[in-house]
Amino acid sequence: MGLIIMQNKKILFTALFLIFVLVIIPSLIVMTSRWDLYYTLSSVALLAIASAGVWLTFYIGRINIGQGAFALVGGYVTAILITKAGFSFWLALPFSGLFAAFISVLIGLPILRLRGVYFAMITLVLTEVGRLSALALPITNGAKGISNIPLPGELSFAGITIIPDFASFENPRMAFYYLASVLMILCFATLYRLSNSRLGHLCRSMQQNEELTSSIGVNIAAIRIIIFALSSFMGGIGGSIFAVMSQSIYPSSFQVADSINFMLNCFLGGLGYVFGPMLGTVVLYFGWDLLFQTGKYQMLIYSSLLIISMLVLPNGLLSIRLSGRKKS
Amino acid sequence: MEQILVNGAYLGAQYALIALGLTLIFALMNVMNFAHGQMYVLGGFVTYTIYGQLGMPYALALFVTAITLAVVGAVVEKFLFRPVIKRSQRDESTMLLAAGLGFFLDAVILLVFGEKQRGVPKLINGVFNWDFRVIMPYDRILIFALAVACIIGFMLFMQYSKTGRALRALAQDRDAAQLMGVDVDRYGMTGFALGAMLAGIVGGLLVTITGVNLGMGGPTSTKAFMMVMIGGAGVIPGAIFGGLILGFMESILLSTLASYGDITYLVIFVSLMIFLAIRPNGLMGKPWG
Repeated sequence: MGLIIMQNKKILFTALFLIFVLVIIPSLIVMTSRWDLYYTLSSVALLAIASAGVWLTFYIGRINIGQGAFALVGGYVTAILITKAGFSFWLALPFSGLFAAFISVLIGLPILRLRGVYFAMITLVLTEVGRLSALALPITNGAKGISNIPLPGELSFAGITIIPDFASFENPRMAFYYLASVLMILCFATLYRLSNSRLGHLCRSMQQNEELTSSIGVNIAAIRIIIFALSSFMGGIGGSIFAVMSQSIYPSSFQVADSINFMLNCFLGGLGYVFGPMLGTVVLYFGWDLLFQTGKYQMLIYSSLLIISMLVLPNGLLSIRLSGRKKS
Repeated sequence: MEQILVNGAYLGAQYALIALGLTLIFALMNVMNFAHGQMYVLGGFVTYTIYGQLGMPYALALFVTAITLAVVGAVVEKFLFRPVIKRSQRDESTMLLAAGLGFFLDAVILLVFGEKQRGVPKLINGVFNWDFRVIMPYDRILIFALAVACIIGFMLFMQYSKTGRALRALAQDRDAAQLMGVDVDRYGMTGFALGAMLAGIVGGLLVTITGVNLGMGGPTSTKAFMMVMIGGAGVIPGAIFGGLILGFMESILLSTLASYGDITYLVIFVSLMIFLAIRPNGLMGKPWG
């Protein structure tokens, strides 16, 4: 009985969330005609996707400060495929994710053996390598980056239009908002499914003790690679849409500060909760924006709030709910 | 070639001193101090204020810088890191705190000292010139000597003083040290203060050569992390080696790769990744930090 109630509750929450993201927010934007919010919210959704990837690596007990590199890879692959090879965006998008995942497998094979701070620092270095490679490689056009990336064209299958040409919309930003939020929902649904699957249990046991997990006969090396590839896939997808949305990509589009922010989003939301990265991204992004009015004190207030939130809730914002449940 | 080696040694000594503070904090608290670069910048600005603005003697300025940063380190440990470490489910939570602290120090420095590049009057004028093979300004030689003296002083302190012994015990095994009667909380604070102090001293030394500005913090932290990784996290001689290796690599590669464009750091970073893939614990690190 209790299980059914809980399941109904979950379905209700999901439905409410979907309605909120896909119906209420757009209609609020239409009512207030704050069209710029579409862009802001799409960015939040994309950052949440990349942060979800970082959260996944946290899930196997690795601190990943390298997501910026994979987002950069995704963005550049999309930009190059569209502008130089004439690919359609809808083909370039999955390809960017897969390419980022492929790179992450190559890099992950050696570096995933590292743990703790070692892994954290090497991924931090990886972000720098990404930025410097983008500056140095001939195909990425150096510091000038790639600009004038066209908007996504139409996606059709057997003559039926599934997604119309973005340029045909009165407001392409709305299209980007739907694209980003739908992908974000898909991404977190995947995360939720994964964390409640057998793989999720294995990941949690790896987070606690890898030797023990491996001694039971789990192929930890394979799981590490799969999770890291998935994480980078999300980073690549996020970067890819970001490049098309801002119609440009530069070596400085994703740098160390961004990688650290992805990590902070996860921390702030709570590492133990699937929806932590989403909440963390929303709070950090809008918190920073709202504080804009405080002018030169923006940074001071923002960082003080970060420190205070860490002191009061060292296990993330979502841990409020956890402590409430324990008492009852 | 002699010039390159001398430059490398000069850079290496500075780097080693930064890395020492970072590795000390890591060894004691298991905290990756993202705010280390900001502490270094803060040290530079304190020295700038006292020596450059108020016109006090340089030695006094350096002394006040060391004390200020030590106090900052102690306060940060006592009121921020210690409670969070005690209450958090995962060690990594301190990273958010450290990153937040880095932002906070950046903001404070911006409000108090502004965003301009600041420099101070030269300590000594003149240039050492050995037959045009090695050219080195005298003030750089002085700073190099001071940095080396600090490193040696720190090593001796860690090796022979009671506090140093306690800190080393703490770094080796926290529980065992506690059982032997080491006041873990007090020495944790001392260690953090010492680490912050070292960062501040480097800032105070380098402000006389390169000046100081707000944006130096982040890149300095990244470099310090790299040195610590090369040597092995939490190992004091490792940090010194890491600093020297990075200093020499930088000075050698900057001159040999100059014709290939701006790829020095790319080469350094990539070779570091390859090195760590082969030797995950650095030169002399403990397994898994």
